[in-house]
Amino acid sequence: MRIPCPFCGERDLSEFEFLGDAALQRPDPTAPEALERFVDYVYLRDNPQGIHSELCQHRYGCRSWLVVERDTGTHDIASVRLAADRSACVSAEVA
Amino acid sequence: MFHREYSILRLVVEAARGHRDWRPLWRHGAPQSAYDAIIVGGGAHGLAAAYYLAREYGMRKVALLERSWIGSGNAGRNTTIIRSNYLLPANTRFYEWSLKLWEGLERALNYNVMVSQRGLVNLFHSGAHRDAFIRRGNAMRLMGIDAELLDRADLRRLCPAIDLDNARFPILGALAQPRGGTVRHDAVVWGYARAADHLGVDIIQDCEVTGFLVNGSRIDGVTTSRGRIRSPRVGLAVAGHSSRLAKLAGLRLPIESHVLQAFVTEGVKPLVHNVVSFGAEHFFINQSDKGGLVFSGDIDGYNSYAQRGNLPIVEQVCESAVALMPALGRLRILRSWGGVVDMSMDSSPIIDKTAIDGLYLNAGWCYGGFKATPASGWSLAHLIATGESHPLARDYRLDRFATGRLIDERGIGPFPARH
Repeated sequence: MRIPCPFCGERDLSEFEFLGDAALQRPDPTAPEALERFVDYVYLRDNPQGIHSELCQHRYGCRSWLVVERDTGTHDIASVRLAADRSACVSAEVA
Repeated sequence: MFHREYSILRLVVEAARGHRDWRPLWRHGAPQSAYDAIIVGGGAHGLAAAYYLAREYGMRKVALLERSWIGSGNAGRNTTIIRSNYLLPANTRFYEWSLKLWEGLERALNYNVMVSQRGLVNLFHSGAHRDAFIRRGNAMRLMGIDAELLDRADLRRLCPAIDLDNARFPILGALAQPRGGTVRHDAVVWGYARAADHLGVDIIQDCEVTGFLVNGSRIDGVTTSRGRIRSPRVGLAVAGHSSRLAKLAGLRLPIESHVLQAFVTEGVKPLVHNVVSFGAEHFFINQSDKGGLVFSGDIDGYNSYAQRGNLPIVEQVCESAVALMPALGRLRILRSWGGVVDMSMDSSPIIDKTAIDGLYLNAGWCYGGFKATPASGWSLAHLIATGESHPLARDYRLDRFATGRLIDERGIGPFPARH
């Protein structure tokens, strides 16, 4: 598996570390159901067979945090973008 | 029963008849329309559960559904190790019961599964590492499990191939479990299948479960590639694909699927007599009876259902192999393969009821499903037959993640890729 880093170009898998599902949203800790939501957030996963978007760091390269869209059945990579852009999108939606 | 039992007398009689009367180990049939219980997943765990349901709980109308052929998944992809050297009481109890069942399994199944208690040797490399292993060994002995501390002289005698004076990770000693060892994995599948079949269990291969029939909050059966099959009790034993199956029932699990690779070298004369694990890296090795060295290490570290991994882990595992036993550098790897494992959020399994009455879950086996096979099947059978958790598996609850009663052997936290 080779991952195209937006800064460094296509690099070997050994330079990257995966953190897991990028779709998870940290719940609002002040919400009344915060406890249940945090249990879901910390422990439960969709774990799809097929396209999965996951947080990944180019740890032994430029150290950027990335969102990699990848097929868990074939390891084919559909897209890679900066996680920072994702948070920008998310905060824009929230605002 | 004579035509079924295996014995020396039977062998003599069959030989005299020219070996014409041996029968297939299990029947191949179409599913009936309804059963008292259905087990989904024809791996070793599912087959064991079906066998114990019939033997211990007297259920005769049991179906085992497998989408491919039995033993085609992780049952045939593991490194065949059995042991019970855990630290936390929930795991120690459960895996020791499993090891005891392994010790009597061949007699129970009337089938040679080649249980070989050749001893398990876990190496340590520093004073702190030794202290942690002494603590673990004491925890085991308090539960009545065998554990011994070995020094360098013991190791030199047991396994001369080990490089005790590795410059970076010198080996100071080891914690050993003499009753640990290996079992022939495919024979476990065939042995359980044959014994379950003799007790009336229908083993249905090429039958993929595509959905669940739910009536209100109760399970009513499954839909499959070979039609609807009704049953008031359904047990899932599909580790690797637990999330995928659970999703069909509307459940979301504390599990990620990851790929774990394993390797075997060309066959050589006896070189590694025990199961040996390196303490500096995650690496474990044993030698099969055919002579091939079977070894494995870490999971690849990303979600995968692919049953094949990538090269960085191949490199890491081979580096570990050569660091531990430099002579292995002269061998060629014959095969490598990958298995898809359920990595749970605390590295321990789940055997529990679900939100749907009558639907039971056996999942989250991480690296260690094979050695758990007998106790896992036993506990799932108990759960399905009685509706209550077996005392040995009562801590493997699905709600432990919400209540905080996690069973995290290494204290890693909810990061499956790092367990």
